[in-house]
Amino acid sequence: MSTNERIGVYICHCGSNIAQTVDCGALTEYAKTLPGVVVAKEYKYMCSDPGQDLIKKDVAENKLTRVVVSSCSPLMHEETFRTAVEDAGLNRFLFQMSNIREQVSWVHKDKVKATEKAKKLLRAAANRVLHQRPLERREVPVMPEVVVVGGGIAGIEAALRLADAGKKVHLVEKEPTIGGHMARFDKTFPTLDCAACILTPKMVSVGQHPNINLMVCSEVEEVSGYTGNFKVKVRKKATCVDNEKCVGCGVCWEKCPAKKISSEFEEGLANRTAIYIPFPQAVPKRPVIDRDNCIYFKTGKCKVCEKFCDRKAIDFEQKDEVVELTVGAVIAATGFETLDPRELPRYGYGRFDNVLSPLEFERMTNASGPTAGKVLLKDGTAPKSVAILHCIGSRDEKHLKHCSRVCCMYSLKFAHLVEEKTHAEITNFYIDIRAFGKGYEEFYHRLLKEGVTFVRGKAAEVTDVVEAPEEQGKLVVVAEDTLLGKVRRVPVDMVVLSTGLRARSDAGHMAHVLGISRSADGFFLERHPKLGPVDTPTEGIYLAGACQGPKDIPDSVAQGAAAAACALSLIVRGRVVLEPVTAEIDEKKCAGCKLCIANCPYSAIEYDEGKKVSVVIEALCKGCGTCVATCPSGAARQKNFEDAQISSEIVGILASM
Amino acid sequence: MENQERFEPRIVGFLCRWCTYTGADLAGTSRIQYQPNVAAIRVMCSGRVDPSFVLQSFAEGADGVFIGGCHPGDCHYSEGNYKAVRRYRLLLKMLAQFGIDERRVRLEWVSASEGERYAEVINEFTDSIRTLGPLEWNKEQPVVSERSIA
Repeated sequence: MSTNERIGVYICHCGSNIAQTVDCGALTEYAKTLPGVVVAKEYKYMCSDPGQDLIKKDVAENKLTRVVVSSCSPLMHEETFRTAVEDAGLNRFLFQMSNIREQVSWVHKDKVKATEKAKKLLRAAANRVLHQRPLERREVPVMPEVVVVGGGIAGIEAALRLADAGKKVHLVEKEPTIGGHMARFDKTFPTLDCAACILTPKMVSVGQHPNINLMVCSEVEEVSGYTGNFKVKVRKKATCVDNEKCVGCGVCWEKCPAKKISSEFEEGLANRTAIYIPFPQAVPKRPVIDRDNCIYFKTGKCKVCEKFCDRKAIDFEQKDEVVELTVGAVIAATGFETLDPRELPRYGYGRFDNVLSPLEFERMTNASGPTAGKVLLKDGTAPKSVAILHCIGSRDEKHLKHCSRVCCMYSLKFAHLVEEKTHAEITNFYIDIRAFGKGYEEFYHRLLKEGVTFVRGKAAEVTDVVEAPEEQGKLVVVAEDTLLGKVRRVPVDMVVLSTGLRARSDAGHMAHVLGISRSADGFFLERHPKLGPVDTPTEGIYLAGACQGPKDIPDSVAQGAAAAACALSLIVRGRVVLEPVTAEIDEKKCAGCKLCIANCPYSAIEYDEGKKVSVVIEALCKGCGTCVATCPSGAARQKNFEDAQISSEIVGILASM
Repeated sequence: MENQERFEPRIVGFLCRWCTYTGADLAGTSRIQYQPNVAAIRVMCSGRVDPSFVLQSFAEGADGVFIGGCHPGDCHYSEGNYKAVRRYRLLLKMLAQFGIDERRVRLEWVSASEGERYAEVINEFTDSIRTLGPLEWNKEQPVVSERSIA
């Protein structure tokens, strides 16, 4: 193909990352034979300043009109090189990249075959770049508000940081109060800070902050729009209490006759009423009516709370309300779930009275919990011996493959609390102690000195089958002690199962609503495991806390603040540049069949009755290209993904060498 | 036969930018080895893959065509992958009429976190095309593709 274009091709060695598997010299020589190529060079690190200067210099000296770089994935450095090309005075879209690292040198060992594949990809890119056109990027304003989904410690931190920066934040929480898991803890490892003492002031700040619109009992139903301009639909569920009138005096829940409802906050270890606040420090301190258990909703009679409410705040007729927010950024801080120990029946949870889940133990040891902080057996006496079983469900091929990161440390904390409160004999059954954080290993050593026993071996089962007289009336933990190389049976009064953390059961739904992906473990997927830990592939949607993977409190707080910083840098910028990969329809070719309209997922195509043609509304188009693939007459065109551009890549890949 | 070189199929891949292309990159970052026969073209969405791209690939000498998109429900554009699967089903019927074995085209869902799966799928598909042998649609039956550029 003859062309007037002057292409410059640059082959990156990426140190030895590419050069050790791809013959970069041969590739450079090959590049020189391709149509339109006037310059071909290889360089150790194309992304470095000298590498980029190479391009800039050649554009000026060799009057290049197009540039191709063969290096890493475009998802890594496309923006870098586009900017270099633009700095050199060319339109940034007259550039194409071929991925010879992630998709060649790192996945193939045979140098001949790898070089051959690199040539194909380079030829495809050099072919394609000839068909590329200069494009203008769209700039749109960024809405200055942010939605934070989830009011646990990560979401609280993110919301406060943003609100303190003067930005309006909408904090959406599913439960009747913010606080998340942390609100249910008694102490935090390794410092043994009282969780309530450090969390509740933050919760109060959220409730009082003039820049925070707190929406509890609320769920995000839909997110549409694009970076900087997301439309977020939030359903505020009817609580049957008018929060403007209510002052949280507490008369309603004192008088409510439906008193025997198992409290979710207390893990079922205590009861609550039908109109309730989850715990005394709840924010907002406004009760909600649990309609499933309210006597009025069940029988049509009662309304005791309404009778006693001076403020006339009870409204049985209240309906769900759907609020639509327009925001620049969304932070997902939806948290985690602990694995249900019933999934591992061999540990006896649910069958034996004194086998506890970690959250049950947290509540039991909490001073404001169901036992006022006393560690007690079901019969009301203190245990004389307690076993703590690590890695229940975690690091387990059949359940959670991952390490849940926090269980070792909370197990150590439990051991300390049991020791402090009961002086019971404590045995930890562990695979490895993973005490990786600041002060964590030191805490482990403190526990060793406190006389806690550690048995290296994962517990196999908890049984009440008696094999020796000392096992009578006890729970027996069976485990292989891998240091002694023998099976041990340890009779105890109480067993705490340190279950792992997993993605919430609604994480799939949430990912769909937010338009983000999940990793193999079910948690939300970050943009880059090292360099984009709170970003998602969609700019403007960020992650904070354990929704991205198991995390302890310091890491969740750090991520909350980081996500706030990311959101802030976007909204402070005020404008965002959108990729011009949108579709357009050539009205001369359009037959008005409307197939594209039926196929567009964003209703971004309208039918012009006057001209009898379909028209793309650019502001709504997200550039998937489905309409282009649908169009039978070739009237629809996707910018930077035109038919001719993709075709030229096919030709490039398949042309004989 | 022993002296004959092993047949190395030529395969074009169309990978959606959000899931499968990112998954392929992850295979790279994780250094998972697989056969080098598939050369990938990046598209924004599997819904962008016009069946004529597949036919053009065969016309230009491809032995197989691979299309990779997001798992159902995970499409970045809500439903582009559903459009892709509909076109794929119709395309398979059409291939039969062209005398092309429908196993030469494969549509798979590979997410951004499934680097290992990408490698497995590519190896498996490459082996299956190797078993089918060369297509040489461009030689047997010279087709002048109107999109042909070179």
